[in-house]
Amino acid sequence: MSELKAGSNLEKVLRAGHFAFTGECGPPQGANVEHLIEKGNHLKGVVDAVNVTDNQTAVVRMSSWAASLILLEHGIEPNFQMVCRDRNRLAIQSDILGAYSMGLRNMLCLSGDHQSFGNHPESKNVYDIDSMQLIHTVKTMRDEGKFLNGSDVDVAPKFFIGAASNPFAEPFDFRVYRLAKKIDAGADFVQTQCIYNMDKFREFMKRAVDMGLHEKCYILAGVTPMKSVGMALYMSKQVPGMDVPESLIKRLRGAGKGKVAEEGIKFALEQIEEFKEMEGVAGVHLMAIEWEHKVPEIAERAGVLPRPVV
Amino acid sequence: MIVAESKPIKELLEMVKDFKKILVVGCKGCVTVCNVGGAKEVGILASSLRIHGRKEGRDVVVGEHTLERQCDPEYIDELEEIVGDYDAVISIACGVGPQFLSERYPEKKVFPGVNTKFMGGAVEHGVWAERCAGCGTCAIHLFGGLCPIARCSKSLLNGPCGGSSHGKCEISKDVDCIWDMIVNKMTEQGRLSELLEFRPPKSWTTARDGGPRKMIREELVK
Repeated sequence: MSELKAGSNLEKVLRAGHFAFTGECGPPQGANVEHLIEKGNHLKGVVDAVNVTDNQTAVVRMSSWAASLILLEHGIEPNFQMVCRDRNRLAIQSDILGAYSMGLRNMLCLSGDHQSFGNHPESKNVYDIDSMQLIHTVKTMRDEGKFLNGSDVDVAPKFFIGAASNPFAEPFDFRVYRLAKKIDAGADFVQTQCIYNMDKFREFMKRAVDMGLHEKCYILAGVTPMKSVGMALYMSKQVPGMDVPESLIKRLRGAGKGKVAEEGIKFALEQIEEFKEMEGVAGVHLMAIEWEHKVPEIAERAGVLPRPVV
Repeated sequence: MIVAESKPIKELLEMVKDFKKILVVGCKGCVTVCNVGGAKEVGILASSLRIHGRKEGRDVVVGEHTLERQCDPEYIDELEEIVGDYDAVISIACGVGPQFLSERYPEKKVFPGVNTKFMGGAVEHGVWAERCAGCGTCAIHLFGGLCPIARCSKSLLNGPCGGSSHGKCEISKDVDCIWDMIVNKMTEQGRLSELLEFRPPKSWTTARDGGPRKMIREELVK
């Protein structure tokens, strides 16, 4: 077996052939370190790494590298997210170096939601480079020890490189090719958008497996349990690139008062069971949005505990 | 063409409220084509200024003049005889016009009468859309003749992002996802493999990011 690329816990878990289980934690809209630690502690020992989002939905929050470091100090392995919306290539490369130097080892490369979604729609965006180019930048810095301008990096940052894939955005036929492109650019692992349309995801994975993508990259299936019918409707109608089948909304509605959240968790558990068996799926990325305290229970019921120690 | 829209009349009135002699200068170029800055619009704006002046009990003299182009000094010279009679000049050309007027007639107070929007064209009667970001290194041939720099909200060179839905951009249902169009077009043309190629980071040195730009054609310089 070849050398580890970064040596993060997530990489080791995946490399050892375990079914990975990652979580997510949004930094606070302020300097509320306590709350961040509290959320992180729900995930500690329950997931292999915690994604720390970068001004997600273009809402200003504590910087993802800072929140990542705080979690790291508390024994939680972060998956440091970086978007291309807010930084040019100077800031990007400098943050990559800084984040690595402070001990971060996983990095998820994203384009980022457009600022028109967020709480500073008046802002100017950057998009100097795109997510594909960001992946390639991190890889080039790591493997070739070169900056984007070709000059040498004095001690290369060794990140386990992550990318996102949305099988439910359009055009559908192109999505698997774009995933392939991200893998070619340098993605070591991929976390997908929240999956609700299982038929479509099965088809996507079949195509990915046919292309052998699962052999070049670890694919983690994105799961977000629905807390309410309102959330399902919001996801279905308001979030671009999200595919919530009518049958799921109907199922949640049918659960009855006070039982919708449990039904949402049941659906998520059924999904996880299927992902464990699905060819090409190397793990699950559980995005329990502002529901971190539920993650231990979900993990327990999903049978993914205890997490492997590698 | 350069596409512009008229500034709200309220904003213009506020701008020139202290002046009694105002010259409105139009342009027969792009702004005439997009119906905001030609002779017709000069007339309309001038009338509005006069009417408002009368309402306020002020005797406002408003002159009207439309130049062949405001982005060429030779045409701007034409104002030399006229401009002296006025305290303020409102240019309803694109952002180039009022600046050329300011430079040529430094003693005059020049005001912009339009908001300059983008480089684009008419997609249907009364509707204009952006097509070019003036980045200085055109590469639309790589994208089926469609520009992701100007037309993708994130200027992605390796799109489409995960927000593309039903052919629309994540920012608005009124914005087409250009990457959806690029993928479809390249697929139809049997050129999908070209989209699988990694497009490296673009050099923005030729765009506005490289600083204010100038073009010199030696053979034309006298």
